[in-house]
Amino acid sequence: MRENVVIRTVSRIAVPFIQVFALYVIVHGALGAGGGFQGGVVFAASFILMTVAFGLTSVRKRLSNKWIVVYSVLGITIYAGIGLLCLLMGGNYLEYGVIETILGIPHLHGYLLDAVEIGIGITVMAVMTSIICDMADKGGESS
Amino acid sequence: MIDHLPPLLIAVPILSALLILLVGWYDRRFCYPISLITILLQFGAAIAILVEVMREGTVRYHLGGWAPPLGIELVIDSFNSYILAVILFLSVATVVYARRSVEKEIDPEKRVSFYVLFQLLVTGLAGMTITGDIFNLYVFLEISSIATYALIASARRPRSYVASFNYLVLGSIAAGFILLGIGNLYVATGTLNMADLAVLLPASYGLATVHTAFLFLLIGFSIKVAFFPLHLWLPDAYTEAPSAVTVLISTVMAKVSVYALFRIVFTVFTTAYVIDTFPVTGFILFIATVAVIAGAILAIAQNDLKRMLAYSSISQIGYIMFALGVANQIALEGGLLHILGHAVMKGCLFMVAGLIIYRMGTSRFSDLKGIAKTMPISCAAFALAGASMIGIPPTIGFASKYYLVLGALEAGQWIYAAVFLLGSLLAAGYIWRFIEIAYFGDHHAEDRRQAPAREGPVSMLVPMVGLALLCLFLGVFVEVVMEAVRPAAMLLLGGA
Repeated sequence: MRENVVIRTVSRIAVPFIQVFALYVIVHGALGAGGGFQGGVVFAASFILMTVAFGLTSVRKRLSNKWIVVYSVLGITIYAGIGLLCLLMGGNYLEYGVIETILGIPHLHGYLLDAVEIGIGITVMAVMTSIICDMADKGGESS
Repeated sequence: MIDHLPPLLIAVPILSALLILLVGWYDRRFCYPISLITILLQFGAAIAILVEVMREGTVRYHLGGWAPPLGIELVIDSFNSYILAVILFLSVATVVYARRSVEKEIDPEKRVSFYVLFQLLVTGLAGMTITGDIFNLYVFLEISSIATYALIASARRPRSYVASFNYLVLGSIAAGFILLGIGNLYVATGTLNMADLAVLLPASYGLATVHTAFLFLLIGFSIKVAFFPLHLWLPDAYTEAPSAVTVLISTVMAKVSVYALFRIVFTVFTTAYVIDTFPVTGFILFIATVAVIAGAILAIAQNDLKRMLAYSSISQIGYIMFALGVANQIALEGGLLHILGHAVMKGCLFMVAGLIIYRMGTSRFSDLKGIAKTMPISCAAFALAGASMIGIPPTIGFASKYYLVLGALEAGQWIYAAVFLLGSLLAAGYIWRFIEIAYFGDHHAEDRRQAPAREGPVSMLVPMVGLALLCLFLGVFVEVVMEAVRPAAMLLLGGA
């Protein structure tokens, strides 16, 4: 790829901010506009920018296919795990209030909601990145 | 525990789909058992729910404890508990059948993603069936559609890529229509809950917004079910997909789309709307009859077994839509029975086609002359399921067509009933064509020694023969099925 100082420098500066903003969107999801899906997409956008600026190999170095799979499973496990935990505690699926009442920790349902959003965010980030990586790939072995 | 089965029916399979992905990294051989166990568990849960619904009435589940108009609700009543049991039963049959078929048709490194998508497809369809929220329905529809696009392409032949892309474009147009329809309904009523919509909609039946919403939903789902003039994606998709995928999408996916259409037409909009306010049933009846005839004629014109069965599916969808067009108790009973009947017999027929491809590498009629000599069990299963497709008495196909015609006669639609029976005659035409080729086709080619084809592996034979026998048993013991179908039809018409 042809060196382009402007793109690389801007990307290098922008990527951390995009990622922080993504985290903000994810955590903000409990209170207002935002949430795991949107935040996950924004987070993936930072990797997409890196793919554009630095090439696929440098992104693959930071986030290999193996980790993408692990992340996508991890995120959905957090989501489903908390949902099932609510079932075990005697509530409905994803009824966080039950756990709060049983454990007696104030505002726990808010934290659990954030945890679920983070789980969704991780999965969305991983899947989005894997889509971009697969498209940027030359169509070889990618599983 | 039984109270919490509805969300577990969705959450656990999604988790297991990703578990397949993770475990597949470690060892590919673990993927299939996980998939099999998950679908078996889903089937068990579906049966438990069916029994519960038949005993106690409608099961409702509020996700996260949020009450309906605000939160998402899972509703399982006598209609969708029946559909759920049917589709998961066929998923079990398909997944048993899939193992050897996948080993033959899918590259080893793609098998992991194949089972992940397979699992997601089944889960998405189960989700579509049990949700009581119209937007949730759309989300699950997209999950299952996207899984289907990838599964069709997984045969990795140029033609299957084209078929998949074709379906991707038409499926996305359908999804766009459906989403617009849902949006219009939301504008008109301010709610997305189906039960709530049914209550609020009558007040705005006169609005153009609601008419538009209805038409958008009708067109969108008509593309999804491949209702006659909108069927263009279907023949290629069914023909070019791997055998196991064809079995799954022709039985399970097609039926769930039909379910969704029935649900929208009869539960969200009521019979009062489709008959009095916006009289569309007569038009649907007409198109359905055209579909029955046109699908059958196109099927007769094919010279490839799988393609012929694909066109036959278009004809059979016409039968089910016929029930929607007549819209009385008996016809709807017939239509719902045909959802089960067609799923069982078409599943069996596509399994035969898959088995023939497994052994012979082709399903062109010209290469299948006298195949009954080398594959007697498959051809016998084909004959049995084919008899059901034509509607020969003791089979399930006869029972459903009997009710459909009876319903049409009761509604005074003599001409349609007559044309409908003509459609059955045409079905005999295309089914007989294969029978003739398979059993009597080698008169002139006595000396041509083909490769010694044998019957397929046991794991493919068992579900196929099972479904073929089921065509017969369900037909004989049709009253048992009617126990589940009758309340469902009653529910659709707004009765108790």
